[in-house]
Order: sequence, then C-alpha cells, then structure tokens
Amino acid sequence: MTTTDGSTPAAPAPLSARQVIWRRRKDSAVRTWREFRRHRSGVLGMVVLGVFALVAIFASLLVDPEGLSRTRATGLPLESPSSTYWLGTDEYGRSVLTLLVYGARVSLLVGLFATLISMVLGTLIGIASAFWGGWVGAALFRLTEWFLVIPFLPLALVLATLLGGSLVTIAFVIGVTSWPGTALLIRSQSLSIIARPYMERARVLGAGDWHQMTRHILPNVMPMVFANTTLTVAGAILSETTLSFLGFGDPTRVSWGTMLDSAFTNGALTLGAWWFLFPPGICVVLVVLSFTLVGQSLEEIFNPRLRQRR
Amino acid sequence: MSPPVEDEAPPPLLEVIDLHVSYPTASGPLPAVRGVSFSVDAGESVGIAGESGCGKSTIAATVLRLQPKGASVEGSVLVNGQDTQRMPWGQLRAVRWGDAAIVFQGALHSLNPVQRIEDQIAEPIRLHDESVGKGAAATRVGQLLESVGLPSGRGSAYPHQLSGGQKQRVMIAMALACRPQLILADEPTTALDVMVQAQVLSVLTDLVYDLGLGLLLISHDLSVLGTTCDRVLVMYAGRVVEHGPAASLFDHPLHPYGGALAAAFPRVGDPRARFAPVGLPGDPPDPQALPSGCPFHPRCALATEECTTTDPPLEPMAPCREVACLHADESRDMKLLLARSRLQAARPAGSATAP
Amino acid sequence: MTHPIDVTGIEPVAASQSASDEVSASSRAAGWRWFGRKVAGSAATLGFIVVVNFFLFRVINKHPERTLARGRAKTPEQVQAIVDKYGLDDPLPRQFLVYLKNIVTLDFGDSYQYSQPVRGLMLDRLWPTVALVGTSTVLSIIFGIWIGTIAAWNRGRTFDGVSTTSTITLYSMPEWWLGLILFLFLATGFGPIPRLFPIGQLKSAGVDGWSLNGVIDQTWHLVLPVVTLTLAYLAEYALIMRSALLDEMGEDYLQTARAKGLSDLLVRRRHATRNALLPVVTLVSLNLGFIVSGAITVETVFSIPGLGLLTTDALRIPDIPVLQGTFFVFSASVVIANLVSNLLYGWLDPRVRV
Repeated sequence: MTTTDGSTPAAPAPLSARQVIWRRRKDSAVRTWREFRRHRSGVLGMVVLGVFALVAIFASLLVDPEGLSRTRATGLPLESPSSTYWLGTDEYGRSVLTLLVYGARVSLLVGLFATLISMVLGTLIGIASAFWGGWVGAALFRLTEWFLVIPFLPLALVLATLLGGSLVTIAFVIGVTSWPGTALLIRSQSLSIIARPYMERARVLGAGDWHQMTRHILPNVMPMVFANTTLTVAGAILSETTLSFLGFGDPTRVSWGTMLDSAFTNGALTLGAWWFLFPPGICVVLVVLSFTLVGQSLEEIFNPRLRQRR
Repeated sequence: MSPPVEDEAPPPLLEVIDLHVSYPTASGPLPAVRGVSFSVDAGESVGIAGESGCGKSTIAATVLRLQPKGASVEGSVLVNGQDTQRMPWGQLRAVRWGDAAIVFQGALHSLNPVQRIEDQIAEPIRLHDESVGKGAAATRVGQLLESVGLPSGRGSAYPHQLSGGQKQRVMIAMALACRPQLILADEPTTALDVMVQAQVLSVLTDLVYDLGLGLLLISHDLSVLGTTCDRVLVMYAGRVVEHGPAASLFDHPLHPYGGALAAAFPRVGDPRARFAPVGLPGDPPDPQALPSGCPFHPRCALATEECTTTDPPLEPMAPCREVACLHADESRDMKLLLARSRLQAARPAGSATAP
Repeated sequence: MTHPIDVTGIEPVAASQSASDEVSASSRAAGWRWFGRKVAGSAATLGFIVVVNFFLFRVINKHPERTLARGRAKTPEQVQAIVDKYGLDDPLPRQFLVYLKNIVTLDFGDSYQYSQPVRGLMLDRLWPTVALVGTSTVLSIIFGIWIGTIAAWNRGRTFDGVSTTSTITLYSMPEWWLGLILFLFLATGFGPIPRLFPIGQLKSAGVDGWSLNGVIDQTWHLVLPVVTLTLAYLAEYALIMRSALLDEMGEDYLQTARAKGLSDLLVRRRHATRNALLPVVTLVSLNLGFIVSGAITVETVFSIPGLGLLTTDALRIPDIPVLQGTFFVFSASVVIANLVSNLLYGWLDPRVRV
C-alpha cells in the first residue's frame, strides 16, 4: 500500500512491554464488561448501587444538612409522615428522610472501608500462606481456620467494647473479623496458581519471592478477589448495621443502623412508628441485595465452573 | 428369490435405520448424526471408529434414548425389533439394562462416588426384578465381580479405592447385571494404560463370546477395534464413510480417512508403517459449518474439484465393503499411498521421489 | 475373531480374598485416624479460644479492681484487699494458670451487674436460647433444603424464580430487622391487624413454665422469634442446596443411573439430592457463627431472656466476667458444632476418610 507521493509508510513502532500489558488489561476489562452486561440481575444491582452512590455523594443537594441538628429540629418527636416530613420524624423531631439520605454516606463508607481492611489482610495472608509452605504457611493456615471458627458477633462485640464505638473503630473491627473467609479463598486459588509450570520457570529464572507473589500470583487471583470483594462489602454493611443497632455506632453520626437503634430504644415499636423502622431497613436490604447480585454475577464470570449452572 | 422359510434368522439385536440426531444450541441446531444405518446381530461385535465429535457417542446414547433433552431424533433405533424412540417410558426403562446395557468410561465419574460398588451393581438387579431379595442380589453381585476377574469381597469398596482398570471392570460387571443381550461399550479403554487396556478388552470380549452377546464397541482407537470386532464402521462428520470386516478394513482401508486412522496405529512388521503419516492435517469439521460436498475434502490427499461439490453416498465396493468416496478403488493400497504422499510432502521440492 | 495378547500376569487380575480383606482393614484404620485428627483439631481450636479469651479480656479490663470496687470499697486499703482477693496483681503466668483452672469448671467469677456467679447466670439463661436456636435451626434446615431442592429440580420455572428471589432478599436482610417488622405488624398491632403475639419475653407473668399452660404460653411467646430466625437461616440453606444440587445434576454417574433404568424421580432422589447434601454440610459448617449472631440480636429485639440478651445487656457497663463467659460459651459451641458437622460429613462421604 503506498501513499499519494509513492512512498511506503513506516511500520508502526513496536509497543513496549508496559504498553502491551496495559492493552491486554484493557481488553480483558472490556470483555468482562460485555459478559457482565448479559447478567440481568447483576446489571440491576449495579444500577441500584449507582443510585445510592449518587444519593450519598450529593446528599447535601437533596436534603438540608441543617436537618441533622438535634437541637434545632423543627418537627415534633416521632410524628407520622406528613406533607412537610415525607417520612415522619425521629425522637428529636428531625426529618427521617434527611437522616436516611445522610445515613447512606456512613453506611456505605464504613462498609467500604471495612472491606478494604478485610481484603488487604485476607489477600496478604492468603497468598503468604499458600506461597510459603512448611512451617510458616501451615501456621498461617491454622490461624485462618481458627479465626474462621470463632463466631463473628461475640468477637466483634468484645473488640468494639475494647476500642469504643466510632466509625473508624467499627470499620476496623469488621475488617479484622472478616478476613478469614477471603484468606481461605485466596489461599486455595494461589495454591493452584503456584502449581502451574510457569511459576517454576519464574523461580528458575531467578524471580524473588516478592516478585513472584506480586507479579504472578496476585494478578491471577485479582478476578476472584474482585468478585469476593463485592460480596464482602455486602456482609460488611450488614455487620455495621448490626453493630450500630447494638449501640456501637458513632453517636455524632447517622447511619441506617444508628437510626434503627434510636428507633428501638425510643419505643418506636410500641408507638407503631413504622416510618422510622421501615425505611432504614429497606435501604440496607436494597444495598446489600445489589452488592450480592453484582458479586454473584462476577463470580459466575470469573469462575468458569459456575457458568453452566445458570 | 425363494419364499421366506419358517425358521428364519431372528431379527438383529440392534438395528439403526437412517438415524439423524441434532442438538439445539445457542447458535442453531447442531447435527451430530446425519443418516447412519447399521445393525448388530447376536454374537457379533461391531465397532464404530472416528475422531471426537463425529457422532459415535451420540449413537450409543440414542440407542437407549439417553440423548439430552431437546435433541431432535429422526429415523428408528430398533432393539430386539422395538423402536426405543417411540416406546412408552415404562417399557423403555425395562429395555434399559434388561435388553441392552452401556459400559461407560468408568475411569472418571460414571460411578456414584459415595456408594459402595456392590450397592451400585445390585441396584439395577433389584429394580428390574422386585422379587429378588437382598441376599440373592448380593450373591449375583459376587458372581458378576468374579466373572470380570475381581474378588467378590471388593464389592464393599468405594469407587475411589479402585484403580482405573478395576473401575472399568466394575462397569462391565454392572452392565451384565440384568443379563442383557446387547452391550454398548462407549470408549471403554480410553484413559487406561496400554497393558490395562488389553486386560479390560480381553475380559469384555471373553464375556461377550461366552454369553453369546452382541457388542457395539465405540472407540477412536482403530487398532482396538481391529483386533476385537468382527465388523467396523468408520464415521466422519456424523456419517459412516467406510464399513467392512475389521481385519480387511484395518489392513486395506478404502476411504482416505479410514486409511489415516488405520495408519495412525502402525503394525510392527508392516513396511508401509515406516513412513506412517503423523496424523491428519487440519481439524475435525464444525458440525454447524460443514465443508461443501464431501466433508472430508479439506484434509484429503485425493481430493479433486468434484469432491467439493458432491457428497458421496455410502456404496458397496466389494463383497461386505462399503465406502463413501468418489475415488474409491478396491485395488489401491491406501496405506502405501498415504505413506508416499507423506514422504513427498516431507521432502524439499525438486528432489528425487521415494520408492 | 483374534484374541489379544494374554497379559494377565501383569496386574493381579483375580486378587486373593485375603488381599481384599487387608485393603478394607487398612481403610477402616485410616478412618479412625481421620476421626482422631478431627477431634484433635477441634481440641486445638478450643485451646486457642481459651487463650484468646484470656488475653482479649485482659486488654479490655486493664483495671478490674476499679470496676469491682465500685460501690463497695472506697479506701485504698479496701481496694488493695480486693486486688489481693482476686489475685489481680499476680504475675501474668500465675493469673493464666488460675484462669485455666477456673475455666474447666466454667467459673468466670461474679457478674458486675448482678453480683452473682456468671456460671449460674448463664445456666439460668441457657434454656431460652437453646429453645429458640434449636427450634429455628431444625426448622430452617428442613425447609431450606426442601425449598432449595425443589428450586433446583424446577430450574428456570416460576417456583425457582420466586423462591430464589425471596431467599436472596431474606439473605440480604439483617435478621433482627425482620424481627422488628414482624413485631411491629403482629405484636403491637398495625392498622387492622390485631395484636396476635405477645410483646416479647418468654413467659407471661405468673405462669408456671412447665405446666401445660406454661408450655403453650412459652410456645406462643416463641412463635415470632422462631419465625424470624427460621426465615433468616433458611435463606442460606436454600441457596446453597439449590446450587449444590444444580452442580450435582451435571455429573456423569447420573447418566449411568438413568441408563440402568431408574426413573427421573429415583435418579434425583436417590442419587443427586443425597449427594448434593454433602457440600451443603460443608458450606453450612463454615457459617455456624451466624446462628450465634442471630440468637444474640433476635433475643434483644424480642426480650427473650437467653444468653444473647445477657450478652447485649452486659455490653453496657461493660460487665466483663459475663462477656468473657458468654464469649467462651458461644465460641465453644460453634467449635463443637463444627466438629459434629465435620464428623457427619465424614460419615456421609467416605472419600475424605483418608
């Protein structure tokens, strides 16, 4: 093929290794997205999450932040819904709708932060225990199993008592009690990757431990980590709601869990204040359900064994 | 033609008449079997050879109507004169195992992993005849195990405690449980070591011979069929392309594909085997996108223009031999021809040709 | 027909009966060894919990004498007397040994709130929790497995769609919130719905727990909490059973069973469903902790005087000895339940008894 002036164009410059890697990653991300689009439930979950995310981010645009103040509340306590207060009021007279919208922020943020801690811990320990066999690996594995057996809530309650109730500590408590599930999954994934021939080649070619773990094992477990993360967030949000309900929420902030705690301790049940009891719970269910649907769809995509089962 | 005699030969055990099987897939129907006819008589061993995906396993499943739900079937499959495709379910369940039984590949997951062997073998016995008590069934299980060369005590083992060869023999024993007249063996020796293969085959053929059963043996390994069967059918892309007595088909194939299969398992002492082709070029055809004309032509050493437009029918070539090839020639030595063309392909262009 | 080469000498074709007996004897011994390993493993986990229990509460309870002394002692000498009495400034290893000795008899000291031995308190509260959790667990296993099985058999049809949507939604719900809603509608009365169930507690006042009247009364009080927990628990069982059965239905040995002449119903019931129960046992045993969490929160919502409510009440002060006691009891129960389900699995699936 020649250009108009008769000269042949030069061959395109060869891509560097980094460019090749990035192009491959982009291609696989596009493929994954296309596959994900076919899962109707996952897409629905994603849409719902998008709505909640937007509500959380633009909370101040949707409702008046003044409405969070306890002292300057304008409504009567525990009023049923009316035209001024669409979802009624809480025990201070604040609009439940305002609380609900701002509660989204806390519930989502704590859930995400707790998941971050859990995934980092779980992935590190999972890969480490798979990679370092022998004494260290076995010890880490035993540790993971033991923590897995200890029931979550009693341990979380004790730790929360120890550390006091605030957003950061709740996130920390949840993260530190939910890593074993991830660690076990990552460990078994890593074991199967380590057994592959190219790992041996890497070792022979002189790859150090760190290099093998970060450059070979980690990228290959990332898809499963990703799917597992989504499911972990769902669990973390449930846990935060439960811990807040039991009184460990941050007293200065509003989350869906603290709303339900307030409702319960202030007699919303006997008063029949359904506007205070229903909405926070429904929001939790919607968010957790959406994360679960997205996570399950991702799991099906990344775990070919599950694919035929739809 | 003389008038029919009173005591005519009994109908064949298995008679497949113009069978078409097609699976529904996301991208349209997939024709797995496209018009296959053959029969198996009592005491006869018939083999079906071919690559994976040529439809041979589908035939075995279809005989007992085990094809996947949704598969469309045309033609008839007669077991002892009754069409299994049109039978009522109750009768079909009686025919399954009672008249014809399948020996699956036992090596992997064809046995229930959490049930003892003896229970799995006894299950069809007691299912087909409710009057058989536990003790009688256990005795029969012991007899069956011994007939395949396993001690009757092995019955209390679980599948994972047995070796591949032992599991395959269990599958054979299980197939004989209800005294069927026809055995369908679907790849019974694949995934086994060569020595164990020979053992399992000898067990199978001895039993078939002793009990006067009919055997339909399916395998991709033509050498196995060559030594075990009376007649062999070679299948390609859902059709039979060659049919004949085992020994002569193996020694002197008439269809190029049959020749390639036969040559893939060279015999020691056969001079042509010195230049045996190393497999066929190309891949098996996609059943949903078959080549025009003869489906084998893209990989065929004898292909001509005509082969791309005409799909050759299965025609008799010699007594008891049928071939589906436009260039079939009884006098041609197919194996030698393939060896020669292989050599020529290997040599650089322009050099002197081989013997 | 040609005969293949006779190679019967290579693998012992007709192995002797005694060799076969040897094989079964050794596999039985392997089975016992596996059993021992499982029990030892659980014992080690229990040991780990004992140690964690000690150190965890040590960190929380840095100055136990202060809480112990509240309301009772004022002068430094009296505080010192308390320190001496409980050995609170003994060296750590000594305290640990004392703790070990006490834990064998489940002696966790006295509650700060009630000034009674923790062990006695826990024993009093044991029955309500066992009644609640036991009933819910049994019902949820039965219904969950049943729903999951039918959903798998009818994959893609209405029942499957409806049940899977419902169970996933139930699974995404905090179980105590479900309790709150049920309470709201059925106990406090809502609109036209009358108050059908009591507002919490295990018994109405003045009713003797063990008379016939009392039993009916207790049952009536337990209906809502049991329904709450059953619904919450069964969601997971149903989802797991469904996916385990769907996995199993693709296995080859079912084809063999069908070829043998079994009807679809028999194939499903005798082979597929039974084998699908195995992964359910495993997966469920990984999640036994959630049974405990459910007990704690639902007892709180319905004011059922069990171990769960004891725990949440103890969080307020915090009542350290009670917390320590209940933490141990809950954790140990889960470990034991785990062991039982592992052993059950080993009994059902002979492949793991290696």
